[in-house]
Amino acid sequence: MSDQTVKGLQKPLGPGITPRGSAFRHVKPTDVQNPAYFHKVVDCQWACPAHTNVPEYIRLIAQGRYTDAYMLNRESNVFPAILGRTCDRPCEPACRRGRLDGKPVAICRLKRVAADLRGEIAHLLPQIPAKKNGKRIACIGAGPASLTVANDLLPLGYDVTIFEKQGKPGGLMRSNIPAFRLPEKVLTEEIDIIAAMGAKIQYNSPVASLAALLREGFDSIFVGSGAPRGKDLEIAGRHDADRIHIGIDWLESIAFGHVDSIGERVLIIGVGNTAMDCCRSSRRLGGRDIKVMARRPRPFFKASAWELDDAEEEGVEIVLNHAPKSFVVEDGRLKGMLFDRLEWDAGAKRSKTLDTIFLPADDVILAIGQENAFPWIERDLGIAFNEWNVPVVNETSMESTREGIFFGGDAAFGPKNIIWAVEHGHQAAISINNYCEGIPATERLPYGMNLVSQKMGLSEWSYHNDYNPAPRQKMKHVELVERFEQLNIEVELGFTAEQTAREVERCLNCDVETVFTAPRCIECDACVDVCPVQCLTITRNDEELDLRTRLSAPAINLDQDLFVSDALPHTRRIMAKDEDVCVHCGLCAERCPTAAWDMQKFELVIPYAGVKAGTCVPA
Amino acid sequence: MPSIAKPAATHPSLQRNQLGLTIRDYEGSMSTLCAGCGHDSITAAIVRALWEVSMHPHMLAKMSGIGCSSKTPAYFVNGAHGFNSAHGRMPPIATGASAANRGLTYIGISGDGDSLSIGLGHMCHAIRRNVKMVYLIENNGVYGLTKGQFSASADVGSKSKRGEPNQTLPIDPVMLALSIGATFVARSFSGDKEQLVPILKAAIAHRGFALIDIISPCVTFNDHSGSTKSYLYTRQHEIKATEADFVPPEKPILAAISPSGITAVTMHDGSILHFRSVPANYDPTDRKRVTDYLLAQQSKGEIVTGLLFVDESVGDLHEVNQAPDMPLVHVPHSKLCPGSSELERLQQEFR
Repeated sequence: MSDQTVKGLQKPLGPGITPRGSAFRHVKPTDVQNPAYFHKVVDCQWACPAHTNVPEYIRLIAQGRYTDAYMLNRESNVFPAILGRTCDRPCEPACRRGRLDGKPVAICRLKRVAADLRGEIAHLLPQIPAKKNGKRIACIGAGPASLTVANDLLPLGYDVTIFEKQGKPGGLMRSNIPAFRLPEKVLTEEIDIIAAMGAKIQYNSPVASLAALLREGFDSIFVGSGAPRGKDLEIAGRHDADRIHIGIDWLESIAFGHVDSIGERVLIIGVGNTAMDCCRSSRRLGGRDIKVMARRPRPFFKASAWELDDAEEEGVEIVLNHAPKSFVVEDGRLKGMLFDRLEWDAGAKRSKTLDTIFLPADDVILAIGQENAFPWIERDLGIAFNEWNVPVVNETSMESTREGIFFGGDAAFGPKNIIWAVEHGHQAAISINNYCEGIPATERLPYGMNLVSQKMGLSEWSYHNDYNPAPRQKMKHVELVERFEQLNIEVELGFTAEQTAREVERCLNCDVETVFTAPRCIECDACVDVCPVQCLTITRNDEELDLRTRLSAPAINLDQDLFVSDALPHTRRIMAKDEDVCVHCGLCAERCPTAAWDMQKFELVIPYAGVKAGTCVPA
Repeated sequence: MPSIAKPAATHPSLQRNQLGLTIRDYEGSMSTLCAGCGHDSITAAIVRALWEVSMHPHMLAKMSGIGCSSKTPAYFVNGAHGFNSAHGRMPPIATGASAANRGLTYIGISGDGDSLSIGLGHMCHAIRRNVKMVYLIENNGVYGLTKGQFSASADVGSKSKRGEPNQTLPIDPVMLALSIGATFVARSFSGDKEQLVPILKAAIAHRGFALIDIISPCVTFNDHSGSTKSYLYTRQHEIKATEADFVPPEKPILAAISPSGITAVTMHDGSILHFRSVPANYDPTDRKRVTDYLLAQQSKGEIVTGLLFVDESVGDLHEVNQAPDMPLVHVPHSKLCPGSSELERLQQEFR
């Protein structure tokens, strides 16, 4: 995606294409040759760090083509079955459907449907060449980032060795995500695919010294070791008792079978997703009275809304506005904790202490964040660290300040999530391939696109363009009593066939784009009149902010672009389209007498490692 | 053409009128006219005008005859009354309906075939009687439903789709209406809702018969280069003689009336028409000057649009006939039909 420089403003535009601000009398016609314009219309795909082609895989699910849906997912996000259960889902808050009826399409759950119902895929995976290219790559940590690097580089003939400190692969996906959310079988299956592609995973092999590893003569090294250190809470009494646990270490101990019980009264400090996993795990290991202690009011929680819901469904209490003050320890035994009760101002910026209260506890789990830790990277190797002791990493190439050494996942920029780790892996793989071929690591091919008309005949379109008013389908859970019997009973049952059939129809097919050809327009107003959500207007061109107020419905969502056409042939006015709530019903194209509007399926062509320039553009 | 149902989805910021209805509540079934038909734009303008004046759907009667235009009442205000009459017979049916129930708002939709050929006489008499109704002629110069023969409004020299020029003189509904005493005469263009919507709102408020001749290109049979009723030709030859704003009676007028170029006409119900721009010496209440102006422009080949003539001084059908204020349908049956003895008494008076 090339940034444009706007004459007069002298600053590069973001991917939003259309110039904003008052420097222009008129809005320039939208550049639809830039794939970013149509890409941005596909809100879910735009929001996904790995740009998963969501609408297309949802259509494949609708057609019962689960294997194809899985493989399409795998192309961009590598772990559809894992992510279908655990993804942070940046796509869902972005989903256009949410702006229409308040509830986005259950994209993540549908991904799981594709993964659960897929057929044989071995023959669909990329072929691994028998003849290797002679380059040896080392990856540190067998988490999602390293596994993605291996996934992308193995088909190119690389020899990839992954060093894993534990006896099993998966990194955070195994150690921090409880089995009742992500069954081990699912995790193992998807990792095994990459192992079967030829990744050499060396277990129980912590890297103690990067300098030593460098001496082993690898052509390039990828650091995907995560953010393995849970933040501690240094307040009075912290080190006086043994039943105070660091959240991610405690979860890891459960995952590897070292911990199988906890006291009845448990306090969880922190209210992120790790805290949710900790409280729900406590519930299964003997906890009865479990409180998640939050410093701030609910709108400021880090945990995803659905994880909070799931925890509360299991009887966990979430206590707001309590700041930990000290641990209360008597005779070396933890008795509980003192908390300051806080009152916050409107923006939860400032607080004042109301009083201090005591809450009894048998165990306390600290889930207040994670940090990177690189004690094994010598500081004289040319890898620069910043003031927080985090390596300096190029955001495009994922390269450190030492050539040939790359970072990704939580190890790069601190804790994010699995889908970001996957995207880092893809980018690092491109950079490693560049580096090994003597191309600058930062060099990137532009995104490509395909646009194909979906018109099949009179009133016939190749996609299901009916707006289905069905509400978002609710995931069914295993009964409470049953789910607490064992630690690894998966709580979410997955969508039924009926739920899947309804949910796929909620998708608006945003990738079937409205494509306009100005010279054909006779300004009959048919499209403007028929549009159910008033997103079209034929009007005189103007400054964008003014134009936005003069449309059929005011375009108040500034995050969403306006499409502005070239001057129309009859009157030199313009066609303006507010992309905000277009339901992609295709009626504009249906009612257009001259085919000036057409519904064309947009496919983003994403360059991955090994893709040669020129193969990424439409044929 | 077969069609796809319009999705139930609406814009989140959809506005509501005084009745709490959205503009979508004034829609009808999906149009089955050709894609790009001018009539569909007129339908959209009607929907907007009715929504803006907060018309109660059940207080509206949609009247039509036969033709493409006459299908359009199905495409707006599903909750209204409607009558689809025989070809050209919409004006007498509307007259009868109005006579029986003066409480409803009547909107008659007709075309150049329905009104200027088979129904021409009926239309003239509805004009003469000043039936209180909005009367639209969706004028495209051809018989679209029978594959594009010239209609009575086709201009001399205008070419058919096959390339043959029309040689028969056209009937101009605006000149005809002015000549027989119409009290509200307008011409507009389907492609210009900014002009059409205020005219429709004024027509609804008008005291009597409101004629709006609307150029509405037939996208299938009369939108080619030799046509004088195509989108392009109309845009190239249109002169907006007047620009009118409609101000409903309950709305206070905040802006001071500009001294130049403004003519204000007070409607019978207290609403006001502001003519923002009119040509020099143009008086939209002076029938002779309007006629002279239109003749002069016509000889230059221009299509004059706008609200061209208004006369609020003439009473409608009911006022002229001193009909009761109450709609006849609400007069008790015993009073409307007092029985044979009363008939006997009446007949005795004439013996």
